Formats: sequence, C-alpha cells, structure tokens
Amino acid sequence: MACCLLLLFTLLLPSAADDDRHISVYSNAATYTLPVLSREGKDYVGLLELLDPLGAVSAQTEGRRWKIRYNRSAAEFTAGESRAHIEGRVYDMPAHFLLENGRGLVPLASLGPLLSRILGGPVTFHEVSRRVLIGSVAIHFTAQVAKREPPTLVVNFSSPVNPMISTEPGKLLMSFTRDPVVAPGSDFLTFDSKEIPSARYEENNGTARVTVNSGLPLFASFSNGGRTITISSAPQAASGAAPSSSPPAAQSAPPAQPAPAAPSSAVSPPAPALPAVPVRFFAIVDASHGGDERGAALTPQLAEKDVTLDFARALRQQLQGQGLPALLLRDSDSALTLDQRAILANRAHPAIYICLHAGPLGAGVRIYTALIPAGGKDNGPFRDWNTAQASFLPVSRAVSISMSEELQKTHILARTLTAPLRPLNNIAAAAIALEIAPSVSGGTDFDSIAYRQQIVSSVAAAVVSMRGQLEAGR
Amino acid sequence: MIPRHLTIGVCVMLVVAVAMGLYLWHMSSAAPAEGPVADTRPVAAPVSGNSEHVTLCVAYDDSGVLLSQGADVPLPEGRQQRAEELLRALLRLYLDKASPHPLSAGSEVRSVYLVDPGLAVIDLNSAFADGHRSGVLVEELTVASLVETLALNNPDINRVKILVDGKERETLAGHADLSNFYDVAAVNQMVEQLQPAQ
Repeated sequence: MACCLLLLFTLLLPSAADDDRHISVYSNAATYTLPVLSREGKDYVGLLELLDPLGAVSAQTEGRRWKIRYNRSAAEFTAGESRAHIEGRVYDMPAHFLLENGRGLVPLASLGPLLSRILGGPVTFHEVSRRVLIGSVAIHFTAQVAKREPPTLVVNFSSPVNPMISTEPGKLLMSFTRDPVVAPGSDFLTFDSKEIPSARYEENNGTARVTVNSGLPLFASFSNGGRTITISSAPQAASGAAPSSSPPAAQSAPPAQPAPAAPSSAVSPPAPALPAVPVRFFAIVDASHGGDERGAALTPQLAEKDVTLDFARALRQQLQGQGLPALLLRDSDSALTLDQRAILANRAHPAIYICLHAGPLGAGVRIYTALIPAGGKDNGPFRDWNTAQASFLPVSRAVSISMSEELQKTHILARTLTAPLRPLNNIAAAAIALEIAPSVSGGTDFDSIAYRQQIVSSVAAAVVSMRGQLEAGR
Repeated sequence: MIPRHLTIGVCVMLVVAVAMGLYLWHMSSAAPAEGPVADTRPVAAPVSGNSEHVTLCVAYDDSGVLLSQGADVPLPEGRQQRAEELLRALLRLYLDKASPHPLSAGSEVRSVYLVDPGLAVIDLNSAFADGHRSGVLVEELTVASLVETLALNNPDINRVKILVDGKERETLAGHADLSNFYDVAAVNQMVEQLQPAQ
C-alpha cells in the first residue's frame, strides 16, 4: 500500500510542478496565463493556445509537419526539428519543436522572436520571469515619498492597475498578475525617508511584484482611477506607537475599472476617480538595436544594444520623475525594425522622440537631428514617409541645442550634428538621437552609473525646459 | 574455362585502376591544406593618364571632422571613370597604414554611375560595408566623405544613391541610412557641421 502511494506521489509530482509554472501574456486583446510544460529538460508552451486569444488561428497536422495560420501569417514546424518556416523565412529555435497528439509545443526560449515574427509587431519577452508583453501594453510606474506626516509613498502607474496586496512584518507586497507592470530604471528604489526607506521590484513565474520595506505596518489606498497607490503607515504607527509584531491582515486591491473605491483603512482620502483613458506619452524613448542586432562593439564584452537599453530605462525614470510620461519602444533584448520603431512612435503622437545610440569614437554626447533625404513630397493631408520629420526640424534642432547646453553645464562634451539616421526622418514629432561616447576619448565608462545619471539628468532637464514648445508643436 | 587473354586483360585493368587510385590519393594529400585567401588587391587596373588636381573630403576619426585636401590623381577621359578613380583615390587614403579613417581590407568602389539629371550612384563592394565599423559618427563620416568628394569635383551632381554589390541596403553598418537618396545640398550642411571648431 505504501509502495502504491509512493508511486502515485512520484507520478503526480512532475505534473503538479508543471501546474505551478505558468507564463503570463499581456496584450491589448487579452491578458491570460498558460501552463509551462517540461519536456526533455526544457520548458515548452502550446503555440495554438498561446495565439488563440489574440486572433483567428488554425492548425493542421500533416505527418511530422504542423502548420499554423494566425490571421494572415503562416508558419510551419516539423516534429523533432528546431528549424521553423514563418512567412517563408527560416527561423532556428533553440530546441526541437514537439508534436503531442496534434498539439504543437514550442520551446519557451524561442517565444520572443517567434511571436514577433508571427504577430508582425514588437513583443517583449521576459524569459526568466515568463512574461510576454505584446505591443505597447507595458505599464510603467514611478515612486516618490511625499514629505508629510505620516510619510507617504505615492506610486503612480501609467494605466490603472489591480494588484493583490498583502503585508508581512516590515513589508507591503503588491503582486501584479494581470497587469503588465514593468521594471522602473532600477530594480531597487531608495527613498529619503526613515519610515519607508526602500522598495524592490522583481518578477517571477509570470508575476511582477513590488515590495515596499518599512519598519512600520503599512496600508495602501487607491485613487486616480486605479493609477495611483498611496502607501503610508497605519494611524497607530504614525502616531508613535511601537510597530506591531503581528502582521496586519492582507488586503486585496479594489477592481481597477470602474474607478475603485478606496478601502476604509486608507490614510489619505482618495482623489476623484478619473475615467480610464489611454495614457498619452509625452516622450518616446527608443533604445536602438536589440536581439540579434548588437550594434557597435563598445568593448569586447559590451554591446551597444545593452548600453542603449540601460540608458533608455534610466531616462524614462528621470522623465517620469519630472512628471513627463515616457514610453520605451523596447524594454528587453528584442529586435524591432526601423519601420516598426517609426510606426510605433508616430502612433503614440508624442511631443518628442528620443533615440539612443552609443559609440566608441570620441568623447561625450553627440546630439543628432535628421538629415532629410532627397525627394519626397507630402500629398494633401498625407505626409511623405521619408521626409515626415521635415516640418518638425526647427523644434528638433532647438531641443538638440538645449540638450547640448544642459550637458555642457555638467562638463560633458556635447556636439550637435545632422545625421542620415533612420528612423529620425520618419518621425512626425520633434525627434533627436543621442550617440553616447565615453566621458574621455578612448575610455570605456559606458556602464558607469554616475556618468549615465549625469547624462540622463541633463537630457531630462532640457526636455523639461522645452516642454512648452514641444507641447505647442504636438 | 576463361580464355587466357581475358584473364590477362582484367589483371592489367585492375593494376591500372589501383595505380590511378594511388596517384589520386598522392595528389590530394599533396594539395595545400589552407583555404582560399581573400584577394584584397583592387579590382580595377591601375589607370594611366594625366594627373589632375582634385579635392578630396577626408574624414579624421580622432577629431571627428572632415577636411578638404588637395591631391594629384591620374584621371581617365570618361566622366564616369573619372568619378570612379576619384573615389578610389579617396579609398587608397583610407586603406593606407596611416589612415585617418581606417576602412576594412578589400574595401572597394565597384562603379560609379552618373545618371542625368544630377544623379550619381556609387556602388560599393560588400567588403566595404560588411567590414565597416559600426557607429553613427564613424558611418556618417564615411558617407559624407564619399558624397562630398564626388560633389566637390562634379558640381552637376545634386543627388547621390549608395548601393552595395549593386543592391540597395538599409544601412552601412547599422546606422547610416543607405535606403534613401542623399540630397547634396543637405550633405553640404552636414559637412559644414563636421568642420573643425574655429
């Protein structure tokens, strides 16, 4: 009997473990989770189930071959082989495709480029935490401690959120399973407050989590249509009572839509709920290159694509900290074509588009505006694609001069130039590109946090100073 | 009973086959082991003609600038051939050991086509683009240097298109756009910005 129970337990254990592991998919069409399957020591996911909530999808099995059609895209896989054909183009997956009773399983590690090719748009895949963001759905946030009594941490999100909130001694945990919340510039945030000294962002098993650290029991309240979470110490703790050793009861966040009512335990009164409208980003920050496209080799170990992403995240944080909503076109090591970058940027109608590059030549920062190519003519209300930037050049140049001045104030060499650099000429908004060189010629301090912070602070200060002009040109 | 002459014939053929096999094995093992070496010599034959004084727009990586520089270059009669030789003279400068703006070995201008009215098409070889260093400034210097050198010596040119191995390419090495036509007037302004600070 004991042996039978042991055998049953052994058989059930892998499937139970599989059930616990899932992948979260966020898109404008749907947000859902799928189980992750372990096969041959690798993680797999069913492709049909993955695409089904996103659009019209059908699959057909012909012997070892498995064909799938999603909207107008067609892809073909062969059981036991890692080579796939998507829209007639070859794509090599990191592991074999598996076919189980007509169900096509693709390696989890291939999801980013695979979905990007099938869906024909940007896909951000956080492989370690198993989160897939399709299109520009990412929700960004900023966190600041308001200097009032009791000290209050105000977390502003770019869209309404609905996290599960729980508390542990010395911590308040916000778990975002259904919200595509992404990391701020740094995973570890520190605040100038003894009561709420820090917060940490982490992702795991399809869920993003923000942990707010404090020596006092904390309570959270929602306002601004679910876009703002205000965290402060409980009244008794704020009035000087010793922190309770027993954890307060866990709280569940109210639904984000319609506008949530603040829990009765809220310390700060909720602001009037706003209608849920899409966030209009003031700035689009574009980290150049990504995926297979590494860009310039800055050092033998450091690729341009990684440096631009670090700078882009820091710049977004800096801009949002100054009240300017900013969106990253890529927030992971994913590839976007130049046309895709231009389309996404133009669709967002930002006040400014900032593209980030890095190069080993020279020193300081070079600020580029577009070199408009020959030909091209607007046709009535339709702008010519290749010269869309032409009418925005004066304001783009004014921004580049302002940035140069701000950078020089901090003794960083800055130079304003024109460059034949796409997609600048395709952007119908103020558009500039930065090429970040080392602080001194021949240096390699691309990953210096102090240097990065100096640059993004100057760039953000220039954008803030030009805000009126940029808004007017929108 | 097998006829004697048939036995002798088969034996002779076997000996010949074995001997040929041994000879083939000897020849293949004697062949050099290393693969073909890339020929980095210029494709075009040296030009004989009268030397003429031309102006080259030369890129300097150290200071990130472009400088005009005179040179005496032997130029043939034909308009297109002159344009090709002009750019080859520029490339010789960049391929020199003391190059101010190094290009990869084997970089070459395959052809220059002058199409009226005012269009020049520069066809580079793949070694030029594939081996080019990646970066906004370094690629911009190359493109500006080529276009401006051509325009300085051919005032009729007002648009320039750059191809690689006869085909359109999106960028030179990840940055400088090669998908569009360059407006020479706009490139002139870009070159002005790339002059040394006064």
